[in-house]
Amino acid sequence: MSTVPLPAGPIAAHRGRGLPLPGADIDTDRIIPARFLKCVTFDDLATGVFADDRSERAGDHPFDRPEHRGASVLVVNSNFGCGSSREHAPQALMRWGIRAVVGESFAEIFFGNCLALGLPCLTADPADVTELQEAIAADPGAELLVDLEAMAVVLERPSAGEKRWPVRLEPGPRRMLLSGQWDGTAQLVAHDAELTATASALPYLNGFR
Amino acid sequence: MSAGTLYDKVWDLHRVAELPGGSTQLFIGLHLIHEVTSPQAFAALRDLGLSVRYPERTVATVDHIVPTTSQVRPLADPLAEEMLATLEANCRQHGITLHGIGSGRQGIVHVIAPELGLTQPGMTVACGDSHTSTHGAFGAIAFGIGTSQVRDVLASQSLAMAKLKVRRIWVDGRLQSGVFAKDLVLHIIRILGVKGGVGYAYEFAGPAIEALSMEERMTLCNMAIEGGARCGYVNPDALTFDYLQGRPAAPSGEAWDRAVAWWRSLASDPGAVFDDEVRFDAAAIAPTVTWGITPGQGIAVDETVPTPEELDPDERPLAGEAYRYMDLRPGAPIAGTPVDVCFIGSCTNGRLSDLRAAAAVAEGRRVAPGIRAFVVPGSEQVAAAAEAEGLDAVFRRAGFEWRLPGCSMCLAMNPDRLEGRQISASSSNRNFKGRQGSASGRTLLMSPAMVAAAAITGHVVDVRALLAEHPPTVERQPPLTPALP
Repeated sequence: MSTVPLPAGPIAAHRGRGLPLPGADIDTDRIIPARFLKCVTFDDLATGVFADDRSERAGDHPFDRPEHRGASVLVVNSNFGCGSSREHAPQALMRWGIRAVVGESFAEIFFGNCLALGLPCLTADPADVTELQEAIAADPGAELLVDLEAMAVVLERPSAGEKRWPVRLEPGPRRMLLSGQWDGTAQLVAHDAELTATASALPYLNGFR
Repeated sequence: MSAGTLYDKVWDLHRVAELPGGSTQLFIGLHLIHEVTSPQAFAALRDLGLSVRYPERTVATVDHIVPTTSQVRPLADPLAEEMLATLEANCRQHGITLHGIGSGRQGIVHVIAPELGLTQPGMTVACGDSHTSTHGAFGAIAFGIGTSQVRDVLASQSLAMAKLKVRRIWVDGRLQSGVFAKDLVLHIIRILGVKGGVGYAYEFAGPAIEALSMEERMTLCNMAIEGGARCGYVNPDALTFDYLQGRPAAPSGEAWDRAVAWWRSLASDPGAVFDDEVRFDAAAIAPTVTWGITPGQGIAVDETVPTPEELDPDERPLAGEAYRYMDLRPGAPIAGTPVDVCFIGSCTNGRLSDLRAAAAVAEGRRVAPGIRAFVVPGSEQVAAAAEAEGLDAVFRRAGFEWRLPGCSMCLAMNPDRLEGRQISASSSNRNFKGRQGSASGRTLLMSPAMVAAAAITGHVVDVRALLAEHPPTVERQPPLTPALP
């Protein structure tokens, strides 16, 4: 669906239009229903994103509204991405075109899955999230700047001026995104000597001696 | 601070390196894979030109997509067949053991690893499935991961992890007769919330926990993730060791004695420091049923669906959504809610003791007219053991269907699913919207005995009433270790 390239390298900022998705405890079964998991690649997941919620709301779901077409900054409430560990959920969002998520809080496995894909999940105070969702709804064409250097989300409105909200991200994940080291396989593989040392000291790998 | 806890001890033993991002590289002692979350990981491994670092530490089975009526190959659903064939090819190529259909050892990944003795105290266990927390029942640190992390474990037998805090959940007293580990965990999640555990590992401890069987401990730890805790665990004790002894992958001979000594040393110290502690009284817990669309929206079977006024203001929007979706009226009793489908099974409640508890209710009774009720054993071993003691016949006589092992209608990736607005009484773990295969299907989570009672009466009912009028003929028995083929 999205023609924007998938994340690669250092991620310091993203600019794009916002997509407010209100609601607490939105689980990964809703983000991508299980029937879409019958696949051996992630390539075609965009079509399944929020499939059941969207059909229930018959065109009125934020992911279907024309004013949000092409939006790339998802703004959610608390415990977003709870439930199943399926990476299909962030993969589906990413392939639909989402490049950053701002919310009150995230489920842990979902947050980690997003990080491994270069999809920043930033937290903000509940009142700020609500304000941001309302501001986007009022002016869906305005661009948002998600700034990982300044740790802020900035709504850039040509007529009404800019509006800024602070966001948070733990130092570790932030460093990984800024440095481009969010996809950590190479780092893990590089520590093979240390890995062997750890394994050789584990009782259950050594006859419990 | 969680000094002296099992979590800290296991964490320290598995530390490989500190990573530049601030996380820790953690060795993974046991990696479990299945057909849904592994194919893309193997593909990524190939793209990176990497091989599997410790193929003997990864074990595979097939569970999510397998049909429960006929498992003859090729599977009727071509997509399911493709996923299974891909798993078989990947395991063959990389020298990974696969417990496939008909092997006698196939089943839900969180059922088979314990019954094969693969899951042991002190291990780190990872699997591309959130219910990996199940394995914490053995005093392992076990957590679900995404597919990118499956790739990382395949490539390096390790993961980049941030250390969790540890909350001790101390449970005094004993569960009443007719109240099960499922009720306990639904009650805990109801009180602490579905996001209460985010950032924490849950240590379950106290007299009520020590009194639980290993299978009950698995049910409890299985649903830690539904409370937001990525892992939950119980300190290993004599019951843990008894369960493990003689299982195929468990140590034997002199190594067994050394293993037990080491396992004992891993339990949280008497003076261990916890980041947080909460207490519950097991005796005060009743059979619990969910009324909403998250596992935290649960009530005792004799309570009424909460009204908005009875809820915290921040719970009200989700409650409003739940009233509409579930079509349940605030203030109405949950008992008496009619059901259409009754499902007994899943990684939460698909083990032998679960089937015994349900059979004790079904014995000598009949499924109510118009109700579709079916039992899906958690593994081929569970099925064999249940059939050996005649549970399949008890269920069949009562009008339940007796199926082949798999995840089945817990998440409906196979043909078992709700239709339209059907409402299910389900022994599974999630009541999310659409979870059981119909976009408008509804799920009431409860214990297997409660599901059996709902099947018999056609509506939600307190199983204790049925048990009182009809004492169970299938008593609690020690866990069987069926002979392997």
